Amino acid sequence: MKRRVIASMLAAMMAVALTACGGQAAAPAPAEPAPAPAAEEPKAEEPKAEEPAPAPAAEEKTEEAAPAADAGELIRVGIINNDPNESGYRTANDADMKKMFCEENGYEAQFAYSLKNDEQIAAAQNFIQDEVDYLLLSAADTAGWDSVLQDAQAAGVKVILFDRTIDAPEDLYEASIVSDMAKEGQTAVDWLASQGLDEYNVIHLQGVMGSAAQQGRSGALDEKVAAEDNWNIVNQQTAEWNAEKAQQIVQSVIDSGDKFNVIYAENDDMAKGAVAALDAAGISHGVDKDVIVMGFDCNKWALEELLAGNWNYDGQCNPFQASYIDEIIKNGTPAEKVIIMDEKGFDAKTITQEDVDTYGI
Amino acid sequence: MNTLKKITSNQMFIPLAALLLLIIFNLIMDPGFFKINLVQNSAGNYVFSGYLITILDMGSELAILAIGMTLVTAASGGQDISVGAVIAIGGSVILRVLCGTDPRPEVLKAPIIVAFLISCVVCMIFGAFNGALVAFFRIQPMVATLIMYTAGRSIAAWINNNTLPVISPAASETFAYFGGFIPGIPIPTPVFIAIICVIITMLILKFTNLGLYTQSVGINENSSRLNGLNPEFIKLMAFVLLGLCVAVAGLIKVSRISTINYSVIAKDIEMDAILAVALGGNALSGGKFNMIASILGAYVIQFLTTTLYKFKVSADALPAYKAVVVIFLVVMSAPIVRDYLEQLRKKMAASRKEAAES
Repeated sequence: MKRRVIASMLAAMMAVALTACGGQAAAPAPAEPAPAPAAEEPKAEEPKAEEPAPAPAAEEKTEEAAPAADAGELIRVGIINNDPNESGYRTANDADMKKMFCEENGYEAQFAYSLKNDEQIAAAQNFIQDEVDYLLLSAADTAGWDSVLQDAQAAGVKVILFDRTIDAPEDLYEASIVSDMAKEGQTAVDWLASQGLDEYNVIHLQGVMGSAAQQGRSGALDEKVAAEDNWNIVNQQTAEWNAEKAQQIVQSVIDSGDKFNVIYAENDDMAKGAVAALDAAGISHGVDKDVIVMGFDCNKWALEELLAGNWNYDGQCNPFQASYIDEIIKNGTPAEKVIIMDEKGFDAKTITQEDVDTYGI
Repeated sequence: MNTLKKITSNQMFIPLAALLLLIIFNLIMDPGFFKINLVQNSAGNYVFSGYLITILDMGSELAILAIGMTLVTAASGGQDISVGAVIAIGGSVILRVLCGTDPRPEVLKAPIIVAFLISCVVCMIFGAFNGALVAFFRIQPMVATLIMYTAGRSIAAWINNNTLPVISPAASETFAYFGGFIPGIPIPTPVFIAIICVIITMLILKFTNLGLYTQSVGINENSSRLNGLNPEFIKLMAFVLLGLCVAVAGLIKVSRISTINYSVIAKDIEMDAILAVALGGNALSGGKFNMIASILGAYVIQFLTTTLYKFKVSADALPAYKAVVVIFLVVMSAPIVRDYLEQLRKKMAASRKEAAES
């Protein structure tokens, strides 16, 4: 009897877990009845796809061109993104993509999420086998994409990169819609320089090492510190985008008694963690206070901190690429392959409620 | 020789020796490590500050998790690797109840205690899920909990509809107390929470048969069944209790920053919790356990982490250092190595005896 109760409880739990997964998987895959058989067949050949074999892939394409055309006027896109739970940025980005690439707008979209490059590459191979029209890619890592993009080209799948660039020849993709992370960093560092402090003692909280955002945002600061005598790095560590780690790192600097007057956090979460440590130690921060707090990504709550004068600066990282991509798909490939989006930096002294509502993510 | 053997064979030896090693290292490198200051925090209260306080503060969640992990390890002979993900779920539930559907509420939608209790129930259900897989379906604990390890953070995000709720001080000042300071008390609240958890655990172990039953199931499931115990139930209960510990740790975690980030909250904490159990000298294959040693192990790990931060070892290199400790401990506790050391000791004793006789 007891066993039965527990077994049924277990079944209920599994159902919950399934719906939880379903909540994410079901929405992005509006299972069109017509292309389903076509999609299944190549999937059976999945293991073969592991070895890059462009020639058979191309053959398949010609054979199955007819059913693909029958599927209707919907443009089929395969979207490979990072895990939407990763950050507020990614959540906003994913929501933007889902809003744009839906049936009402003439798209049939499939989504794949991973923070790992190899899993993303496997997903890309699946999409190519699936014969999507466009492959939209936000790569987890910059390296390792050459061969799979060549496969895509051979199969006639057009690739558009968004948010992240990759180390691959430009002719392998149609366009790349990116944030210029180096420019974001430069804007932030220029703003910091304009504050006219006598001495800059910076705690530099980095993102996951090697990510484009980390490299761009660290680069500008590193350059400035190397160039100026009165700019010092008190501590430079990666908190891996993580608020708790940032809190511990800043706490450690406070405990050591080293003096600092700037927190340069490469995302909002880490800035928040840093501020928690400052608050515990009674170090004042914000507009006209002891420590300047800088963040990135423009989360809504972060901009509200700016509005309240608790932080000083927040750099935008524009997550809304979907409209740019839509334009390229509908109007053709642009002359300039790399499209850099408009991005702003907000100063706590000049930010308005309107900015918070418009740019907060 | 005999006293030395007694000391080294005591289970508390490993964590205490590790702690002593860290303390001596820090004393030599910088005695300032042990300085504690009284400073005024932003709210205007006087609070203690210093590395030691940081260790006690940040080590709280780990100590609480170590309690549950010790029980699970002892009963099932395996570890739960889903605690970090279930912390995300528990934290998410707390915020969901407090915030309702508004990610930035003006006022809390429910009392904090209600949110916490609901979170406890949810975490215990997830613990029961893991426990049922282990106890009734006899799946390897690490494999069984791999399910939640993989799915947990997505479930956490799904609970809050993928939004990231923030509880501002305007909505509730009390909420930040659990991960910060209560006005007028200079010691971080997580320290008290950890102490309360430890005391309750000790009382339970002293006045109930939980400890004895758990160990006997871990040592020999069949003979404990023949003695009238229900091994499945004991195992299930160990996982449910771990769920409770996870809920408490989750409350502290979300209270610290008044928000949540599903993919990084309590990331890799399961490794630290397992390491705490191992560092406490408990056999990872189950059976006998020493709760105090595990808890001490948790603080030793935090001591190590804080020391590494102090010396500005980059955060992404920390796991590598911890891995060295794990490798050492696991190898040392392996039966082959133990047998070998035992033989070596006997041989040495014998040769010494001979030398003394001749």
